[in-house]
Amino acid sequence: MSTATLTAPEDQAATPPPKRNKKPGRLRTVLWHAVILAFIAVLLYPIAWLLGAAFKPANEVITSLALLPENPTWQNFVDAVAGIGGTSFGTFLYNSLFIAGGSVVGNVVSCVLAAYAFARLRFKLSKLMFGFMLMTLMLPHHVVLIPQYIIFQNMGMVDTFWPLILPKFLATEAFFVFLMIQFMRGLPRELDEAATIDGCGPLRLFYYIILPLARPALITTAIFTFIWTWNDFFSQLIYLSSPSNYTLPLALRLFIDQTSVSAYGPMFAMSVLTLVPIGLFFFAFQRYLVQGLATSGLKG
Amino acid sequence: MVAQQVNEVASPQPGGTRPGRARKGPKNKEQTGIAYLFLSPWIAGAVLLTIGPMVASLYLSFTNYNLFTAPEWVGLDNYIRLFTQDDRFMSSVGVTFQYVFLSAPLKLAAALGVALLLNRPRKGQGFYRSAFYAPSLLGASVGIALVWRSLFTDDGAVDSLLRSVGIDTGGWINQPDYAMYVIVILAVWQFGAPMVIFLAGLKQIPQDLYDAAAVDGASTWKTFTSVTLPMLSPVIFFNLVMEIIQSFQSFTGAFVVSNGQGGPADSTLFYTLYLYQRGFQDFQMGYASAMAWLLLLTIALFTGLVFKTSGRWVFYAGEDK
Repeated sequence: MSTATLTAPEDQAATPPPKRNKKPGRLRTVLWHAVILAFIAVLLYPIAWLLGAAFKPANEVITSLALLPENPTWQNFVDAVAGIGGTSFGTFLYNSLFIAGGSVVGNVVSCVLAAYAFARLRFKLSKLMFGFMLMTLMLPHHVVLIPQYIIFQNMGMVDTFWPLILPKFLATEAFFVFLMIQFMRGLPRELDEAATIDGCGPLRLFYYIILPLARPALITTAIFTFIWTWNDFFSQLIYLSSPSNYTLPLALRLFIDQTSVSAYGPMFAMSVLTLVPIGLFFFAFQRYLVQGLATSGLKG
Repeated sequence: MVAQQVNEVASPQPGGTRPGRARKGPKNKEQTGIAYLFLSPWIAGAVLLTIGPMVASLYLSFTNYNLFTAPEWVGLDNYIRLFTQDDRFMSSVGVTFQYVFLSAPLKLAAALGVALLLNRPRKGQGFYRSAFYAPSLLGASVGIALVWRSLFTDDGAVDSLLRSVGIDTGGWINQPDYAMYVIVILAVWQFGAPMVIFLAGLKQIPQDLYDAAAVDGASTWKTFTSVTLPMLSPVIFFNLVMEIIQSFQSFTGAFVVSNGQGGPADSTLFYTLYLYQRGFQDFQMGYASAMAWLLLLTIALFTGLVFKTSGRWVFYAGEDK
């Protein structure tokens, strides 16, 4: 990656800190690994249990502590993909993907524009607006929830994807604006000055210099937006009412309502299917996730 | 004031650049124009989806409004009813406080503990860090909340495990005394996010402080309390504020575990769950708005308290005191 040498904040985080005093003894090291691994085993047990349960026949599911099914079956997945209440799994999947995809585009575009203005440009109301942006970081969503619902209802947008995607295009998720500002502040000012001397205006500076350098922050935003939107339950619960518009979390919930104990297997199969994209994202991008998060808490 | 302090949390190094500090000069007009152009989506969002709705929701909190007929002004009635006639409201407040006071400290303690364990560079560190972080990403989903429901149900896996060692609890989620802990455990399990922030904070502590402590012959515990903790205090502060704000608003876990009811006996009727029931099941939008404002005030009060006491326990590098 050609930009790697210039992305100062990331490099710092990647280099290990100086060695701490003496080397620990061999026994201590082994002990340390044992403790950590035991801890991880307990921590990841529920996830492993879910994976196992998805392959268990109905009579085994609930009571068994065992991770591996005695009589593994694919039937749960067949039932899960068959759909619920006349709507196919494919529809739920498409709805979830559409909303998450739209949110990613909206968040990345609107937040990077706002962040550049806050981090690099000088304008009159800058301080006031920045303060307000920080305030919204702490504002509970519930305060604006009901009027927002009324607005979308009056626009005939309830039970469509608009209320879930449109706000993302208006940079309402202050966390990401903040994250990008933090990242951009870490980019050396000299770049701006050099570019300005070369006759670069703020637009070209943004497009040719800041935007490419901010790529790690943009990727972090994209991944987090995807995962959070994918997992989001509250907004989807409020705004979507017809099953053909349901996303995967809502479909899962419908499943609980309509089924008895006998259908636990398919329910877990479906849970597994909803977690697959997050798992894949996690394995592919964990570096960005972990560093993006660390940036939000510290760097300035 | 709050905003200002957050800014300080965000940039602990002295001389950190403030937003919008640039050269004065002929470029200024162009910069202003482009700044407003770039900010226009954010400004539209702030006005239409934040400021406007805040004003509207404050107004609605003094009315009866069911979405279908015009709002009817009732003054302070909603607020008075909440505190004097609504037992479910009072119990949702109790449940939420219990949850916040249990889950936030436990989660931060777990996060700090694991961060300290992982702090020394050792083989496999990257893998361990990711493994501890995984629950944070998955845990917010309905899928995992369902797992919790099943693990802690009557005859569920945890129940049968406990019974095999002679403890008969009869399932957790169906008993008022235990149900809350199921959700607390689910929350604490997701300690990965603050852990990552703690790890980053630990890396920023200069090694020479530890060297000096070693020269002075300080014990591990002494080094922890007089070097690590004070140097880490801005990060602890940040995590604490974020955790308080988030746990007051927790919803999905309680909703799924109790199947939307907040039961048994309202023992998991979280504040936001009750707000949802009032607003979007009973269509008492005015009443729910009043609840939303009380939530805002409570969160502001608690964050304010943390900020107020922070002067005593949060130390910033390069600050003389």
